[in-house]
Amino acid sequence: MSVLIFIDTADGHVKKASLEAMSYGAKVAEQLGTVAEGVVLGTVTNDLAALGKYGVKKIHHVAKDTLNHLDAQVYTKVIAEVARATSATVIVFSNNVDGKAIAPRLSARLKSGLVSGAVALPDTGKGFVVKKNVFSGKAFANVSVTTDVKIIALNPNAYPIITGDGAAEVVAFNAAVEPGKIKVTQVTKASGEVPLTEAEIVVSAGRGLKGPENWGMVEDLAKTLHAALACSRPVADAHWRPHNEHVGQTGIAIAPNLYIAIGISGAIQHLAGVNRSKVIVVINKDPEAPFFKAADYGIVGDAFEVVPKFTAAVKKLKGVA
Amino acid sequence: MKILVCISKTPDTTAKIAFTDNNTKFDTSGVQWIINPYDEWYALVRAIELKEANASAVIHLVTVAGADADPIIRKALALGGDEAIRVNAGSQDSFYIASQIAEVAKTGGYDLVFTGKETIDYNGSSIGGMVAELLDLPYVSLATKFEINGSTCTINREIEGGEETCEAALPLVVSCQKGMAEQRIPNMKGIMGARTKPLKVVEPVAVDALTSVAGFELPPAKAGVKLVDPENMEELVRLLHEEAKAI
Ligand SMILES: Cc1cc2nc3c(=O)[nH]c(=O)nc-3n(C[C@H](O)[C@H](O)[C@H](O)COP(=O)(O)OP(=O)(O)OC[C@H]3O[C@@H](n4cnc5c(N)ncnc54)[C@H](O)[C@@H]3O)c2cc1C
Repeated sequence: MSVLIFIDTADGHVKKASLEAMSYGAKVAEQLGTVAEGVVLGTVTNDLAALGKYGVKKIHHVAKDTLNHLDAQVYTKVIAEVARATSATVIVFSNNVDGKAIAPRLSARLKSGLVSGAVALPDTGKGFVVKKNVFSGKAFANVSVTTDVKIIALNPNAYPIITGDGAAEVVAFNAAVEPGKIKVTQVTKASGEVPLTEAEIVVSAGRGLKGPENWGMVEDLAKTLHAALACSRPVADAHWRPHNEHVGQTGIAIAPNLYIAIGISGAIQHLAGVNRSKVIVVINKDPEAPFFKAADYGIVGDAFEVVPKFTAAVKKLKGVA
Repeated sequence: MKILVCISKTPDTTAKIAFTDNNTKFDTSGVQWIINPYDEWYALVRAIELKEANASAVIHLVTVAGADADPIIRKALALGGDEAIRVNAGSQDSFYIASQIAEVAKTGGYDLVFTGKETIDYNGSSIGGMVAELLDLPYVSLATKFEINGSTCTINREIEGGEETCEAALPLVVSCQKGMAEQRIPNMKGIMGARTKPLKVVEPVAVDALTSVAGFELPPAKAGVKLVDPENMEELVRLLHEEAKAI
């Protein structure tokens, strides 16, 4: 018996979302009186043994470079093999881009129930019940998994990274890896920027900014806070900002520690993608803007005056000029 | 080329979220139903564009739902698509639904299966992957762009902080999101035409669900907003640093 955690990597580095998944999986293992083990696919630069500090006792490494890019079909077969070899009863993914591709396939392959978008530890009191996000952050469902093996895809930023002591035993896992049918030809990444779904802090702006030429002050604030950028839908639709910054019901759903909304009215469809943020700051010149109802801190004022002052105050706190 | 587009009926984005029967059922009273936006705006519209570029393409729509979903299917047919198949079954879990869709896909012999990236009610993001596994087909999830040249597809998919471009041959399953296409409004001709397009009703195959919803909860209400003087951003920073511990 074991809890098996899929440790997701990009460019050979373990993703932050996987540190959360390991911390979560280790806790589930403790609840069930078993051990947490990890599986890593592809070649990596991280010291895998050091991942023991997130609670995994053993890491099964399939170090084939044909696994360096995700092909969900190929990954699923390999993970299923590792799951069988480790007699995993719970398999944990992050519900990130890769988890969303693999976990459902694995669920169908193993005929094992999947809870995607989990936000809490399972309740193992009677049965196995996991709380998940539904209705785009407006409610939770408690989902009961009735199969012997359970699969959980944990929402990013829903569980803290917990570090302790210890090293993991790293073992090479010799899996049959078939050639994939998907060939990755190009990877385009905004270098040096914080990925939106992993960011602790997100600075977001809306139509209140009047035009794309006014984003300089927003970028300054984001840079000062080491934050990722986001925007409302009309802003992306008007091509003021790229689509991958559009958050909300029809864009990306995020749950950062801090969400700062500038010149965004707070329409219900926008809130659906950001309402799981822990702290929300709203800057809007209209005191009646609906966003204030969902905010923790509100500033009624003109963004063009408030934002530069806000940035200056953050710089002062951080001791940078 | 035969394309199958998966369509789900979801509550309107402004619907009030409440529950009945001791928090075990979604309260549907007064709820307006729409086509899941990801299915409509991205999966279906992209399929229609592919058909516009290749007149021999055929688009079928599939949904797993009771007869109450028929108006939604007709609306989807008004946008485009040649015929629809409704698997006459209530929703149990993602695996149950995916198994029904896979069955339809197997019988129909499709080259391409499109789904939305997730539904806005269950937020499972699971149907595409499950269908692909049940059909043993490659799967590209969270696609933002889809082009086809002969039988080679070039697809962009979301990755953390960027996009990945990949190539794959048909047959294929793709989950679609923003970037794939732009929202369209059905025109009068489409609406009239949709009335006579075939809507086939088929009975479900026997499949056991793997999960069930034990109950729902609403998130705790926010304590209320604390207003900060716009002239005093030092105070905001202090609150965020000391009180909220967010910076
Ligand atoms: C099915 C559906 C799905 C949708 N999905 C999404 C989604 O995913 N994401 C999304 O964002 N929207 C979505 N929308 C759109 C949504 O309903 C709103 O139209 C949109 O969020 C509004 O964007 P906004 O707040 O930037 O603009 P507006 O509503 O125009 O608000 C601009 C705000 O800026 C303020 N403002 C103006 N000038 C200043 C200034 N100088 N300083 C400070 N504040 C100022 C105004 O007071 C106003 O509150 C969806 C709509 C539908 C119907």
